[in-house]
Amino acid sequence: MHFHKFEKIWLIFGIASLVMFLSIVGVSAFSQDHTPAGGMTTIDPKKVNETAPFDNPGVTQLDEDTYQATIVAMAFGYNAPELKVPAGKEIIFKVTSTDVVHSFTIDNTNINMMVVPGQITTKTYTFEKPGKYLILCNEYCGAGHHMMFTEIEVY
Amino acid sequence: MIAAQDRKLALWNIAVAYIAFLIGTLCGLLQVFIRNDALQLPSWLDYYQILTAHGVLLALIYTAFFIFAFLISGMSKSLGSFGPKVRLFSWIGFAVTLAGTVLATAMIVSGEASVLYTFYAPLKASGWYYVALALYVVGTWITSFALVGHYMAWRKRNKGELSPLFAFMTVTTIALWVIACLGVVATVLFQYIPWAFGMVDTINVELSRSLFWYFGHPLVYFWLLPAYMAWYVVVPKLLGVKVFSDSLARLAFLLFILFSIPVGFHHQLTEPGISNFWKFLQVCLTFMVIIPSLMTAFTMFANFEISGRKKGAKGLFGWFTKLPWKDVRFTSIFVAMAFFIPGGAGGIINASFQLNEIVHNTLWIVGHFHITVGTPVAMTFMGLTFWLIPYLTGRKFTKSMQKLGFIQIITWSIGMLLMSTSQHILGLLGAPRRTAYSGYNGHPSALDWFDGILTNHVTMAIGGSILFLSAMILIYIVIMTMFISPKAVHEQDFVEFPMADSDRENTPKWLENWWIWIGIAFALIIIAYAIPLTGMIHHAPPGSEGFRTW
Repeated sequence: MHFHKFEKIWLIFGIASLVMFLSIVGVSAFSQDHTPAGGMTTIDPKKVNETAPFDNPGVTQLDEDTYQATIVAMAFGYNAPELKVPAGKEIIFKVTSTDVVHSFTIDNTNINMMVVPGQITTKTYTFEKPGKYLILCNEYCGAGHHMMFTEIEVY
Repeated sequence: MIAAQDRKLALWNIAVAYIAFLIGTLCGLLQVFIRNDALQLPSWLDYYQILTAHGVLLALIYTAFFIFAFLISGMSKSLGSFGPKVRLFSWIGFAVTLAGTVLATAMIVSGEASVLYTFYAPLKASGWYYVALALYVVGTWITSFALVGHYMAWRKRNKGELSPLFAFMTVTTIALWVIACLGVVATVLFQYIPWAFGMVDTINVELSRSLFWYFGHPLVYFWLLPAYMAWYVVVPKLLGVKVFSDSLARLAFLLFILFSIPVGFHHQLTEPGISNFWKFLQVCLTFMVIIPSLMTAFTMFANFEISGRKKGAKGLFGWFTKLPWKDVRFTSIFVAMAFFIPGGAGGIINASFQLNEIVHNTLWIVGHFHITVGTPVAMTFMGLTFWLIPYLTGRKFTKSMQKLGFIQIITWSIGMLLMSTSQHILGLLGAPRRTAYSGYNGHPSALDWFDGILTNHVTMAIGGSILFLSAMILIYIVIMTMFISPKAVHEQDFVEFPMADSDRENTPKWLENWWIWIGIAFALIIIAYAIPLTGMIHHAPPGSEGFRTW
């Protein structure tokens, strides 16, 4: 098969940049822990409210520098009383759903978690600036989807 | 001109495509005004019904029917008239796809299926909606197999010969489509239908999502490959050159089969149930499509330059001025290609693993597919429509129609530029997709999003209105060239099917050995999917009951 000389140069350049690009993404992901939200833990979607930690949603302090925020998503809102977390500390978010698929997305942050019934989504994040952040659902969940939001206070 | 019966088949497909286009774009217009809070829908209709109809009618129905019209015409032209069996099965396929379309539309309009075109469980639509989707897929398969049959008959008659490029590309597109549909067929037949009709109580949500996206990503390549066929085969003819390289064109298409399917997880990067290893592996496979895309870009510019230099262009960029800009068939496709440059770059951003968190399910994504399927694909189809309908009806493509064609593509470009730029920026700011009008109770963040010069509701509404105007001009052109324009009598008035010559002497035979390519495709699919899907089945949580939250 004949490749034009310029096409060879073009493809070699393209493939080399591709390899470099994927290496950067991969190293950043696996050696510096820059991975998107996820998690492999499952839960019975009908027993969310009886299963720890979702039987007691809200913020708990795990140790000096780590907090856990547990949230239950449902059509059309979030069950998470008193969402207040400190800035500069590591916050582990754990979210699940009692009904359909939702998202747990905090505006102005990298937190953008799909919430799938039967699964627990986890994401670790450290807020830098105090303030009130908008939390919203960005996965269509029904007639009130655009009314599904709440707020988190970072102090 | 191809056989009258084949023309009739293609014309019926085009007619359905443009009826879907008309309703679908009308829904789009309504959406921008609802989001603008300028329009209140009557109580029996809601935003998400319109959104579902917009997605289904444009992304699934308009595309599929138009694609089959194009493939049918091109196959009849390049391989000869259809035999009676091919013709019969093409009609059956058309009828079944249409039945699925009508049933799905009825379910959406009656409010039984406000689940959007992704129909994520456990949102539970009427079981008939899923039956409609199954019928749609089966119908497209019947037409697909009819076309493959036509191809096989040709191969039999021409033993040892490579098929014409158009036929080869058609079979590639069909192979991609059939393999891709296996995922959605599996989830609809074995998960959704038994669950929606109450035969089982619960559904494995994560598995259904993964099977959907196994289908959902190659779906976009099913739209794109016919557009690429036009770029590879039709455009060189309009430029007066041959296909740049027959073997590279074939290789690029084969690479699309390999690298468009085992990649669906890049739509699921921010969700649980899939480990980072498998997400990242599929991210890497996703990026492999950059290789055939770069090959395509090279070929396009090579065609432009060769054609320009043949017409006496001088200097490094002189060829640019020698392109046939006054030919709406060319200019439309050129603009479509230009839109694909930012479109493709945006796609790279979306699939970039952790970067996906910034844009996932924001309006950025909506902007992205409006400058991929919504312009590069759709405007290529428009550029094809201008000559395909007159070619099939034997009518003239008059001067006034050509002028209207230019107005149509210019308005589409302006409207899309305004709307999609606005959507991209809004998405980066954080505004979510798939929402009716909402200010989140006047939250300052939400107010900020819509406060920019480009990022306010008005810009989007103006863009949407211009797009709708453009769509109506196109509908007018379709009606004129289908029913009203004067019949061509003199030879020079007949519209041709532009199909460039392609030298096959140096094309290696192994490029048309389907067993190799389909074999590699399945091997990659097994590598990418076997273990994570098995995990989803074995470690499944208790399933979900259905919910009707609309």
